[in-house]
Amino acid sequence: MVASGIDIDVAEGELTAVIGINGVGKSTFLRTISGIQPALLGKILINTEAREDIRPQQLARLISLVLTEQPLSKNLSVAELVALGRQPYTNWIGTLSAEDRKMVKKALALVNIEDLHNKKCYELSDGQLQKVLIARALAQDTKMMILDEPTSHLDMYHKAQVLKLLKQLSQQTGKAIIFATHEINLALQLCDKIILMKPSQVIQDVPKQLIQKGHFESIFPSDLIVFDPVTETFRIKT
Amino acid sequence: MQNSRPYIISLLVLLLCTVAAWFLNISLGSVNIPFMEVLTVLFSSEAENSNWQYIIMEYRIPKALTSVLAGSGLAVSGMLMQTMFRNPLAGPYVLGLSSGASLGVALVLMGASLFGGLAGSVLFSSWGLVLASSLGSLLVLLAVMLASVRLKDTMAILIIGLMFASLSSAVVSVLAYFSPAAQLQQYVFWSYGSVGDLSWTELGVLSIFWTSGIAIALFSIKNLNSLLLGEQYARSLGMNIGHNRALLIISTSLLAGSITAFAGPIAFVGLAVPHLIRQVVPGNDHKILLPAVIFGGAILMLLCDIVAQLPGSEHTLPINAITSLIGAPVVIWLLVRKRKFIF
Repeated sequence: MVASGIDIDVAEGELTAVIGINGVGKSTFLRTISGIQPALLGKILINTEAREDIRPQQLARLISLVLTEQPLSKNLSVAELVALGRQPYTNWIGTLSAEDRKMVKKALALVNIEDLHNKKCYELSDGQLQKVLIARALAQDTKMMILDEPTSHLDMYHKAQVLKLLKQLSQQTGKAIIFATHEINLALQLCDKIILMKPSQVIQDVPKQLIQKGHFESIFPSDLIVFDPVTETFRIKT
Repeated sequence: MQNSRPYIISLLVLLLCTVAAWFLNISLGSVNIPFMEVLTVLFSSEAENSNWQYIIMEYRIPKALTSVLAGSGLAVSGMLMQTMFRNPLAGPYVLGLSSGASLGVALVLMGASLFGGLAGSVLFSSWGLVLASSLGSLLVLLAVMLASVRLKDTMAILIIGLMFASLSSAVVSVLAYFSPAAQLQQYVFWSYGSVGDLSWTELGVLSIFWTSGIAIALFSIKNLNSLLLGEQYARSLGMNIGHNRALLIISTSLLAGSITAFAGPIAFVGLAVPHLIRQVVPGNDHKILLPAVIFGGAILMLLCDIVAQLPGSEHTLPINAITSLIGAPVVIWLLVRKRKFIF
């Protein structure tokens, strides 16, 4: 069931979605790239350097992360949480410099949540908290941002809002943004590239090409749902 | 991001309260000494009454210093464990340190009949209980450290600590069951905790452990802040989880282990003070929380010691009972009044 033979590359300014059936290894793949879990096999190159050779502090300046689970302290204020994104740049005791404060303000502005900065996390809705976590990753000022299912727990409107925000951010900041998602319809509309993870193969291409080559037809077992290439959506098999 | 003025004011208020509690602690006791005489002894060391001078210099000041070190040390170790385990019920003894210490002391006090001469001779030396308590804590610490190297899940360490506590309690219960009444009473008195029995030499040794533990906590401030996001985010911010976990365990062990060895298993301070401080100090930054918790622990312990001494009376109440009697209602009141999230 788990995908293997993964060979992909992501470029600056591109929004890339990772799509696949549950258990195929999307989260494992993203967590491995981000360095929070060791690689099972193979090699990850970041700017031609092997990921294992990059010190954790240095890696934290290259890749930022937004996770599905949020076991964070809900007593943190939005400003405190976003400021924690500056940890890789602060001194031994974590003091924020003027530059750090500027980056935090910029991150809040990019995600359009300046008015929330004094709110506590327990006062936020799921959608607002997701934006705060994205702002924290932006404050980390990395070239690549990885998000593991950033739209889970959100309603359809806020799913679209968060993914639209990611699209804008990739264009405005030039970051390579890569995220795992089950929102295939939205990903097809918004992403520059899609990584399709199947147990048999992992394919990376632009959405149109993937549709034309019929790759979406075999992403799920065909007994229940089918992909309609005309409407570019999945529908229940009749 | 936020104005640093509220933090500075909070710390200044806590510092002033610590100084006030310190003077109050030294001024009050079973012997009534005028406050001006207390100041004279403190600042010129020449009192009208030589007994007063002896009481202040050899009894009250070491006791107040022990209260400051024990209260602040336990409070800091409680804060470290609460942040590391991301659990508001964690305290300095969550790793099983006090249970290990209790087992060591119980073996010496109540196991004397089982082990005969060796335990007896250790018991009669002035450092006997300190040594027994330290060895007990050390053995539990080594077991927890070994487990932490093998385990990836921090929560599993919490459970292992609780299991060690249960095991130790079980052995202590068996020893207590077979122990003569006099030795059982000695153990019970030790388990009440006491800050009034330390000599200047013992205080010196305790302060070395205290300084080492606090220094490690100070160097962990940045990582403690990262841990507020959870371990995975902390790792993605460049933190070495295993290394940091070991440092926090060592710091807690140095603080809680040494305090238990010298002053007995003092309950509640380590659990309650971090909560009290989070309610009164704005923000979650450990740069602010660490000094605030040091002051808060010292204040609570000094005040509890004053109450335990029952000023004007010859009796002394168990410090363990007073810390819980005073601390628990205050924490409940603050939590209900503020309605803030603990974590």
